[in-house]
Amino acid sequence: MERIPILKMGPFLLVTIQIDLYDRLALTLENDLINMVSQTGARGVLIDISTVSIVDSFMGRILGNIASMSRIMDAETVVVGMQPAVAITLVELGLTLQGVYTALNVEKGMELLNTKLGDNLELDDDEEEDQDDRND
Amino acid sequence: MNTTAQVLEKNKERILEKWMQNQLSDASLRDDLMTTDELQRQSREMLDGLLRAVAKGNYDNIYDTEFEQVTDTLRDISITRARQGFSPRETGAYVLSLKQSVIEVLVEQRKDDTSMLYQEIMQLNNLLDNLSILTFETFIKGREEVILRQTDEISEISTPVIRVWDGILALPIIGTLDSARTQVVMENLLQEIVNTGSNIAILDISGVPAVDSLVAQHLIKTVSATRLMGAECIISGIRAEIAQTIVHLGIDLSNIKTKASLASALHLAFSMTNLEVRRTERSKAPKLTR
Repeated sequence: MERIPILKMGPFLLVTIQIDLYDRLALTLENDLINMVSQTGARGVLIDISTVSIVDSFMGRILGNIASMSRIMDAETVVVGMQPAVAITLVELGLTLQGVYTALNVEKGMELLNTKLGDNLELDDDEEEDQDDRND
Repeated sequence: MNTTAQVLEKNKERILEKWMQNQLSDASLRDDLMTTDELQRQSREMLDGLLRAVAKGNYDNIYDTEFEQVTDTLRDISITRARQGFSPRETGAYVLSLKQSVIEVLVEQRKDDTSMLYQEIMQLNNLLDNLSILTFETFIKGREEVILRQTDEISEISTPVIRVWDGILALPIIGTLDSARTQVVMENLLQEIVNTGSNIAILDISGVPAVDSLVAQHLIKTVSATRLMGAECIISGIRAEIAQTIVHLGIDLSNIKTKASLASALHLAFSMTNLEVRRTERSKAPKLTR
């Protein structure tokens, strides 16, 4: 059975969902992710859904569940790169993902996690902002 | 014996003349929109077609093939008139004045045979009434097309997303927010957030005439969707009466950032992105202009 890889990046876990999530896969991901949080003692979870184009209420609930479970285990969850169509669908379904942090892209998501954990070094921040300007 | 069609064919020129007279003497004639020559040409074409159809003995069904030319011409005329801005009365008078002229001519020709005249008038009456209904149908269809096109245009031009600063978008909403427009507004805004990678969006509702629970719900939806994308949304331009309505309706906007004016929303956006606007010192200013 296919699995979604969970990568460890320092104190954070990085999950990139690149295929459409069907229910079993989503449940497996939830399970694996919580186990990883407990094993590694991660402080933050970053879920990239920029290539996901279809969501249903179940997937919305899974995202909410992951966030709540991580919170109990002292890790913040950031969902990044949500497509406009996906955002509209979730709102229409009445799922506003309370308690989940969101960011436009992975870079900003990482920045947000760093700020949330309070260990953002000012030097790093400045560098990142400079990079942002260049990209624009 | 002379059939109706033959009588009419023989007096075609007289009917046309009377018809033109009727139209030209009508006070509501719009000679600013159409020349007399044009009107004459149109009317002749129309009368030709009509007489040809009547010659076939069809008085009842104007959707038959004999009437194709007449109905086509009539539709053309009605649609053109609707677009040119003729009033319904002017358009309707076109066919109805034809009826009058035809009946006048018939009365002259059938002085001695009243029962025949009666029958003919009934038939023609029926026919021309049908034609005038067709005129109105087409006229209204033409007007509705104009209205639909304008509605499309309004919704197109009324949802611009403005980039006011690096990472700050503004969306002035003008006009009533209904479900269809909210959808367009939301899609435009979210797409623009992705395109520009903006962190903050300001929804300015100074141009929204009234806010009811439905409009408020639409606003809340837009704000939630923006948040899901990872951007923050500020609602600005809330007037006193709108604030009153919102509170009276019991709508909870407490977890949405609201500001009275676009200026203060922009100020908040600056402080959220750690920017500040400062007045330059006077001694430095001339150096910049030089």
